[in-house]
Amino acid sequence: MQHKKRAVVTGVALLSALALAGCSGGSGGDGGSTADAASCAPSDGKVTLDFTSWIPGIEDVVAMWNEENPDIQVNVQTGPNGNGGTYKSFFSQLAAGNAPDLGQIEYDALASFRVQDGLEDLSACEDVVAAEKEFIPWTWGQVTLGSDGVYGIPQDSGPMALFYRSDLFEQNGIAVPTTWDEYKEAAKAIRAKGGYITNFSTADINQFAGFVWQANGHWFSNDGKEWTVDLTGDESTKVAEYWQELLDEDLVSTYPAWTEEWNNAYNSGEVWSWNSAVWGANSISSGAPDTAGLWSVAPSPQWEAGGKSAGNWGGSSIAVFKGTDHLYEAAKFALWLNTSDEALTALNESANIYPATTAGLELPSLQKGVDFYGGQKIYDVFAEAASQVNPDFVWGPTMTQTYADVSDGFQKAVTGSGTLLDALKSAQESTISTLKSQSIPVAE
Amino acid sequence: MSLLTRTAGATPDLAPSRGPRESLLSRGAALLVMGVFTLYFLVPIWWLFIASTKDRGDLLTTNPLWFADGNFFANIGDLLNYGGGIYVRWIGNSIAYAGLGALLATIFAGMCGYALAKYRFRGRETYFNIVLGGVLVPATALALPLFLLFSQVNLTNTFWAVLLPSIVSPFGVYLSRIYASASVPDELIEAGRIDGASEVRTFFTISMRLMMPALITVFLFQFVAIWNNFFLPLIMLRSEELFPVTFGLYTWNTQLNQIPELRTYVLVGSFLSIVPLIAAFLLLQRFWRNGLGSGSVK
Repeated sequence: MQHKKRAVVTGVALLSALALAGCSGGSGGDGGSTADAASCAPSDGKVTLDFTSWIPGIEDVVAMWNEENPDIQVNVQTGPNGNGGTYKSFFSQLAAGNAPDLGQIEYDALASFRVQDGLEDLSACEDVVAAEKEFIPWTWGQVTLGSDGVYGIPQDSGPMALFYRSDLFEQNGIAVPTTWDEYKEAAKAIRAKGGYITNFSTADINQFAGFVWQANGHWFSNDGKEWTVDLTGDESTKVAEYWQELLDEDLVSTYPAWTEEWNNAYNSGEVWSWNSAVWGANSISSGAPDTAGLWSVAPSPQWEAGGKSAGNWGGSSIAVFKGTDHLYEAAKFALWLNTSDEALTALNESANIYPATTAGLELPSLQKGVDFYGGQKIYDVFAEAASQVNPDFVWGPTMTQTYADVSDGFQKAVTGSGTLLDALKSAQESTISTLKSQSIPVAE
Repeated sequence: MSLLTRTAGATPDLAPSRGPRESLLSRGAALLVMGVFTLYFLVPIWWLFIASTKDRGDLLTTNPLWFADGNFFANIGDLLNYGGGIYVRWIGNSIAYAGLGALLATIFAGMCGYALAKYRFRGRETYFNIVLGGVLVPATALALPLFLLFSQVNLTNTFWAVLLPSIVSPFGVYLSRIYASASVPDELIEAGRIDGASEVRTFFTISMRLMMPALITVFLFQFVAIWNNFFLPLIMLRSEELFPVTFGLYTWNTQLNQIPELRTYVLVGSFLSIVPLIAAFLLLQRFWRNGLGSGSVK
């Protein structure tokens, strides 16, 4: 069967042709991206930027920019949120050398892109350096990563406060707690009435980090040479032991967060409060629609009476990826998106984005009373909290792993094996070994 | 592979009327097991259907397994209009990826399996074993290497990035070979050659028909595999207009915290997205029964 053999030979020839095409395509692609990265000079002629984000309604905001800037057109691509897959895509695109020019990155993920050398340093751009004073100082700290560089433009923030059922607190004669000690006393009183003061989430480790942040704790630091991991520092230990006590005494519920069960616990009035970020306002109104008008917002309980300190949960930045040929234009767009009134107003309307600029906190839509919260001007509380966030909190470069390990340990702790502190201790070790395995210098 | 042993020409036809008598007890037990499994598989679908008829408030507060108020068509209308009708586009994409991909994969796998079964050439078993090895490699593990390859030829974020990797089915080759060697008689191919038909024509006009039950199986498996393939689009695609429906719904689902009304759309969208799969199964399963080539060489 002579012709069979010929078919096989043709197949092999085809395959090698494909392989060759692959190689030549690759070298061509690399050649294109070796432009001088450090300079921040305008390009000649019309520029098109690729921008990946998962913010709802971002297309409309970008369309506003495209209309005003015919020479810098932005092509927006959307997808799942960062940890839902977009970060994974960013890393594979960086590896393949075809990352978009700009991308949405949450504060807690910036360092992981930085250690992989995936981000352009925006401090080369004068406009960016000049814009620092427009931002709430601690949000700027989140994008400098404790260095002289600037690795993103802050977009939004998540200052934390206490959402609580004012009707239930009032009816039962329980004062709204202003310190964590009072919070615990209130928890006991609420438990006696059959409810829970709050739900402890084993999934939202960044919420727990927000508690540690508020207590002035630090999980990571970086002196420019090596990383220090300190998940079990004094403040972190204090917070873990506090919540462990609440768990031990069955004063908090432990429904899996963001599930129907969890929504229902709030909707039915079983759980009375939630220590959450500004964006949580929407989560409650959508998850617990039957409780409209019954909620209020108060500043977070403090560790010391009269203290003024707030944690932060969430928030993201717009970063420029390594390999872009248009650093100047990308920075210009990112600044417009995150500082201009029109963009901030549109983002706030479409996606409830809480701006990271000081001027942004004065948007008209953030000055109004909110019906779901009985007409309270809740954003005043958050604006105050935004000014009380510790600027020195730094995220580590392997937060996905750290979150996962802490979360595993927390899950065990709520089912009765081990404690929250044990979870932090074991995550401390696994984080150090992960850093080492990625050849990231770490102090023991 | 019970359907294989049933339909292969090698086994004698089962007489429909005369089976061994079972005791009432064992029949009852079998029914019970099947009943439990049926319930187990159908309850989530029932839940999904009920959930997609409710508005957002009722979803949390009313009985999850029974109707509250008939919002089904209003929900569907909202879903189809949301984001400029992007959902319809996603469904279309999924049908294109899965339909076209499964069709091509079936043809290739059928040809390949047939060749391995019916022709003798050097290295035949080696090729076959390599293909069999491919069955063991999970598609997820290949997504990243594929992404890097497609990046080099600038094909990421295109229709081809999802279609091309979907048209290979090692399992299909395996199934086609086993089936072809059992159900396509050598005499029939010889007869075709004597009558002057080319090998290609013999394959398409005679052998393929005899292999139809296997090919339908390959098609369905591959259709479902592509339809449900999540990781590949996640890695390859960036433009919303190219997303298949599974990935699109997932994207919405990750945005629930910010846009709560998406919850309804995700539910209704998930419900609608299983309709094509059910239709494909119902339409194609009859081929399993009447694709037999028995009697052709008697």
